[in-house]
Amino acid sequence: MSREYETVIGLEVHVELATRTKIFCGCSTAFGGSPNSHTCPVCTGMPGSLPVLNKKVLEYAVAVGLASNCRITECCKFDRKNYFYPDNPQNYQISQLYLPICRDGWVEIDTPQGQKKIGIHEIHMEEDAGKLIHDEWEDRTLVDYNRSGVPLIEIVSEPDMRNADEVISYLEKLRLIIQYLGASDCKLQEGSMRADVNLSVREKGETAFGTRTEMKNLNSFRAIARAIEGEKNRQIDLLESGENVVQETRRWDDAKETSYPMRSKEDAQDYRYFPDPDLTPIFISREFLEEIRARQPELRTEKMKRYREEFEIPEYDIEIITGSKHLADLFEATVSLGAQPKKVSNWLMGETLRLLKEKEMDPEDIRFSPEHLAALIALTEEKAVNSTVAKEVFGVMFEEDIDPRRYVEEKGLTTVSDEGALRRTVEEVIAANPQSVQDYRNGKEKAIGFLVGQTMKAMKGKADPGSVNRLLKELL
Amino acid sequence: MELLALSAVELGTAIKEGKTTAVEAMQAVLDKIEQTEELYHCYVTVDRDGALGRAKEVQKKIEAGELTGPLAGVPVAVKDNLCTEGILTTCASRILENFVPTFSAEAVLNLERAGAVLIGKTNMDEFAMGSTTETSAYGVTRNPRNPKHVPGGSSGGSAAAVAAGECFFALGSDTGGSIRQPASFCGVVGMKPTYGTVSRYGLVAYGSSLDQIGPLCRTVEDCAVILETISSHDKKDSTSVARSDTDFTSALVKDVTGMRIGIPRDYFGEGLNPEVKAAVLKAAALLEKNGAVVEEFDLSLVDYAVPAYYTIASAEASSNLERFDGIKYGFRAKAEGLHQMYKKTRSQGFGPEVKRRILLGSFVLSSGYYDAYYLKALRVKAMIKKAFDDAFADYDCILCPAAPTTAPELGKSLLDPVKMYLGDIYTISVNLAGLPAVCVPCGEDGRGLPIGLQLIGDCFQEKKLIQAAYTYEQLSVSGS
Amino acid sequence: MSHTITDETIDYAAILAKLELSDAEREQAKQDMGRMLDYIDRLNELDTSGVEPMSHVFPVRNVFREDEVTNGDGSADTLKNAPEEKDSMFVVPRTFD
Repeated sequence: MSREYETVIGLEVHVELATRTKIFCGCSTAFGGSPNSHTCPVCTGMPGSLPVLNKKVLEYAVAVGLASNCRITECCKFDRKNYFYPDNPQNYQISQLYLPICRDGWVEIDTPQGQKKIGIHEIHMEEDAGKLIHDEWEDRTLVDYNRSGVPLIEIVSEPDMRNADEVISYLEKLRLIIQYLGASDCKLQEGSMRADVNLSVREKGETAFGTRTEMKNLNSFRAIARAIEGEKNRQIDLLESGENVVQETRRWDDAKETSYPMRSKEDAQDYRYFPDPDLTPIFISREFLEEIRARQPELRTEKMKRYREEFEIPEYDIEIITGSKHLADLFEATVSLGAQPKKVSNWLMGETLRLLKEKEMDPEDIRFSPEHLAALIALTEEKAVNSTVAKEVFGVMFEEDIDPRRYVEEKGLTTVSDEGALRRTVEEVIAANPQSVQDYRNGKEKAIGFLVGQTMKAMKGKADPGSVNRLLKELL
Repeated sequence: MELLALSAVELGTAIKEGKTTAVEAMQAVLDKIEQTEELYHCYVTVDRDGALGRAKEVQKKIEAGELTGPLAGVPVAVKDNLCTEGILTTCASRILENFVPTFSAEAVLNLERAGAVLIGKTNMDEFAMGSTTETSAYGVTRNPRNPKHVPGGSSGGSAAAVAAGECFFALGSDTGGSIRQPASFCGVVGMKPTYGTVSRYGLVAYGSSLDQIGPLCRTVEDCAVILETISSHDKKDSTSVARSDTDFTSALVKDVTGMRIGIPRDYFGEGLNPEVKAAVLKAAALLEKNGAVVEEFDLSLVDYAVPAYYTIASAEASSNLERFDGIKYGFRAKAEGLHQMYKKTRSQGFGPEVKRRILLGSFVLSSGYYDAYYLKALRVKAMIKKAFDDAFADYDCILCPAAPTTAPELGKSLLDPVKMYLGDIYTISVNLAGLPAVCVPCGEDGRGLPIGLQLIGDCFQEKKLIQAAYTYEQLSVSGS
Repeated sequence: MSHTITDETIDYAAILAKLELSDAEREQAKQDMGRMLDYIDRLNELDTSGVEPMSHVFPVRNVFREDEVTNGDGSADTLKNAPEEKDSMFVVPRTFD
């Protein structure tokens, strides 16, 4: 490569809002219903049906806009985006083009060069499409409208990012804001957060933008990073060989690590947007804005500050725990049940993070309840279980959210507190290991470790290691 | 008692008084349909068995004192673009040849709650696009006043059914005159309420910002009663207006003393049939003689209403009709591949007038033309609304013809679309401005074809219209 | 100010409207659209500068519903009119490459 290039990236992020019902009808947004069970005339485009806006959608959109420093449009409207596709029952999507709800915002991300502002061009509300399933058996497509009409916001960034790291920081930032607001769980894998990447390249120093492409079907951070790398190289190769980049939408195939154009010749990309006559304009009053602002929950920076004041836990722990709304909620709920903050933090920072990493899960996927974590901490405080048993119980709790008290009882894992039984076992161990006893008496302090281990083994782990140590020293 | 000669309200009273029953009334209507339907073809679907069954149920409720309203037991015909649960709803289009809705339109439910009994679904121009009921995929409807002529449209089946005695009253929809013009052609009363007064939920949309449902009936009294019954604030329709003044029957007062009536000079120029003009002006004179203050004035912008309307209505229609794609309901053509399926389904499923309008509508919204055509039309709409606002600062209502001519002969209109669209010149601006308007018969031409008088009111001023129309009707009946 | 609609224009409108026109229909459509556009061009006689486009006639605004589930299992009704269905889903020609 003779010339030096710069990559220019903008993102269109779709976020499924955590409402109970769809954007324009009273159908449930719950996952996992049988096909077309969460549908009605409105979300299946039946003739004569009409949309009515879910107020919660507006509230969430405004909340996200405020949290990302946007201007809230005083009078916004919905427009129809017209295109034929079977996942779209009306063959138009209700969206916002001319007067979106939020405009001109920004969020700050950390980069190796320091903090950087990423501009938000606009945020608009729209409806999701249904699901198409390939019927392999008969080589045709099946349509399920359960997701049709699920509310989305689309967050359109300015072309302010220059590499994959910035893109991922930006996405993580958005995800955190939105999760803190409770507006969405933002899971990329499950599609509740989806990112389309607009990318162009230009020679370093050039001020005009190059021709951009839009890439879809990116459902993990890793896929996004790979797609950016792949597309950047594809465009540079084109330019280097004297060809032009075509403005088009491309689908990323993460398995093949390549992208290909999505549109067929049958489509003219002309959406004929016009204001939807079935929906009325929305006027955002100052009172409404104040109400949303007042209801705005504590965001991460405020939470970190409070943690520093309220809990004696290390800064690093604070950073990790507040880095996930779910983790922070779990932490606070467990503490509020009486568990000592440091102990709770230790469990989250230690075993929890270890298991999440091992199982490739997100903190949002944690299933165990604060009640059960508090109970487990109480068990260790009471010395009813030792730390080895506690870890074992935690492992089961992590998988199945069992009640640790009942589990310990049922499995007979409670530490034996019967001094007589413990003394008898220690005596047996001393008798059976004369060599170690001799070593200890000869001043080899380490030998006692072996004897403790043997005692624990004989007690099937249900002894308090402190008591074993004390008894051994006493009897030796 | 000659049942079929009664108005809807008279029939309701007779049923309530036990002089007849809902079942007898329905049987009389069905017998009449048996005799004349072959000639007039007012209906796409007559639900004989269902209608009699419903009449029996309603009669029981009337006798039990559960239904006491003025329309209890009265047979009604409903335009085939209003959804009716369990009953075929075609919009007179092949593309919905087998569509059976799973819910009823709110206006239909309001009638059913009041005890009106559905007979069947009336013929119309396909998807309400047309002025003659000749664009129906299921054959033309003939004008009962002279079967060589069209009944008007698009609610031609509803107007003809009322005129023929094949129902006691009917519902229609009016996007650019589709209730008032056929009412005029068939010599019945028809009213388009203020936009938002009757819920559009369950009305298969043509031009969503213009569509309103309204009554076609024999008398102004019927009109007030029906409108009072079907009006409602419906939470399912975002454009539905909460009104507290829907006691329209309170306006059935024979008095126009001091009422200020404006006659737009620009509606009486070129293109208006002299017989129509004479009949309408005679009606104005009668009102004036009875105390109304009648004045001529310049409304302005009259020539721009039709082109603005066709731009807006076609654009909305092109989008509204996208859902008819052969996937979820209705006709599906056999084809290889998705896009072929779309194209073949829609090409075979829609008739020529619908295609003409959705092509135009797609074009005026397309990239590069949106501002020049669609936004321009919306700006003209704002100007037209302003012109009406100015007029209603001076007048209680505007008096004019409903159509420039009486009903044309069958087969004469569709050849020249622009000329056909010009026939809507007196009705269309009312829809653009969201106003209420009523059409009442005011005489006939030399061939015995009816002429309609249109009264236009300001938004939410139906009562003034009803009072003026009622007064005129009473005066003209008594011949004073 | 007469509009001549080209084959290209009418074909483009047909793609957008998902219609397939026979040769005769296409000629007719070109003529009809040309005449309609000529007629619509009369609007250009009006000076509309400074006039806001009006989509809604009156100030009905902020119509919302509460976020409450009101609908139960709608699959039977949704599929009642389906031209073709399988496993409670609509069947369409393949959309996957």
